Amino acid sequence: MPTTEVAAPAQERAQPGSPLELFLAFNRLALQGFGGVLPVAQRELVERQRWLTKAEFVELLSLGQILPGPNIVNMALIFGDQHFGWRGALASLAGLLLAPLAIVLGLTLLARQAAGSAEVSGALRGMGMVAAALILSTAWKVTGTLKSNCMGRVWCAVLAAATVFAVGVMRWPMAGVLAALVPLSWALAWWKLRP
Amino acid sequence: MNSFWFGTLGLGAADWWGLFIHFTMLSLLAVGGAITTVPDMHRYVVVKQSWLTDAQLSASVALAQAAPGPNVLFVAVIGFNVAGMVGVLATLGGSLVPSAVLAIAAGRYGRDRKDRREVQAFTQGLAPLTIGLLVATSWILTEPTRETWTAWVLFAGTMVWMTRTRFSPLWPIAAGAVAGVLGWV
Repeated sequence: MPTTEVAAPAQERAQPGSPLELFLAFNRLALQGFGGVLPVAQRELVERQRWLTKAEFVELLSLGQILPGPNIVNMALIFGDQHFGWRGALASLAGLLLAPLAIVLGLTLLARQAAGSAEVSGALRGMGMVAAALILSTAWKVTGTLKSNCMGRVWCAVLAAATVFAVGVMRWPMAGVLAALVPLSWALAWWKLRP
Repeated sequence: MNSFWFGTLGLGAADWWGLFIHFTMLSLLAVGGAITTVPDMHRYVVVKQSWLTDAQLSASVALAQAAPGPNVLFVAVIGFNVAGMVGVLATLGGSLVPSAVLAIAAGRYGRDRKDRREVQAFTQGLAPLTIGLLVATSWILTEPTRETWTAWVLFAGTMVWMTRTRFSPLWPIAAGAVAGVLGWV
């Protein structure tokens, strides 16, 4: 297996030919992504289209993650812009969002038609509880990344707990909470990273 | 047809504008995805304006997660439930435009700065806050069903499914729907 890895040079990487190609590729991956598009994006962009190497994908993902907004949307915008400027960014974004938007609004209308029926409201209640667990499981999975955080586990735990308490329990406005906590943790991390 | 374009709550331009501005402000705070701003959307749409109920908000998120595509589309469902297609434009447009402009700008001339100390400190400093926001979001979404013990069985089952197996999250979502139809949660 390592030989195939070595045998795949950077030159083998393909390029998207047009904004339309970007649109179609992002449309394809969006429509396959139930409950998370990221794993599908890796398969489509890296393995199928070969537009990105694994390392480039990880780089793009890191950038998409530090920026505000959905990771995958940021990645699509940056990748599209890199190839065709704002037309590419728009094409990728439209590919990612348009068809799924039509589907999700259609589902909303269907759910509403049946509104008042105990079955539909029950189904949405049940799905809501599962959605809550999906989000907690995401949090659980990425918690491992804190082990290598420069602030150390104790500070990370304190900061995470403070966020949960302020936003989840006290229901204070997130903007205010972040305005207080972001400079604090930024400064702490800056200090811990001193050479 | 009117309710398709403008919703059923009879909101006017001032409300649409308020919705747009609120989601615009949240856009740049959505580090870790739009889902981390759900607590604040809840504060505005459910608590302050009473446009949606707790159950409707949770259902909006659930619906978008059950459908294919990026989970950010739950924002569009919230907009649609508040004010029809105009609401979609307000919430989705508001959520996407500021962060999109920033993402493109950052992509254009920010790439080579990622090794610098202030950027590293920013990324690492934000990580525990992002995780805290995810936990808070999860807690808020359990609101409509928190009193039912069977709902917690569903919750625990989903957690095990997601952390111990590599199967699709579509299955627990379907299980949640079935449990709800049967009146268990």
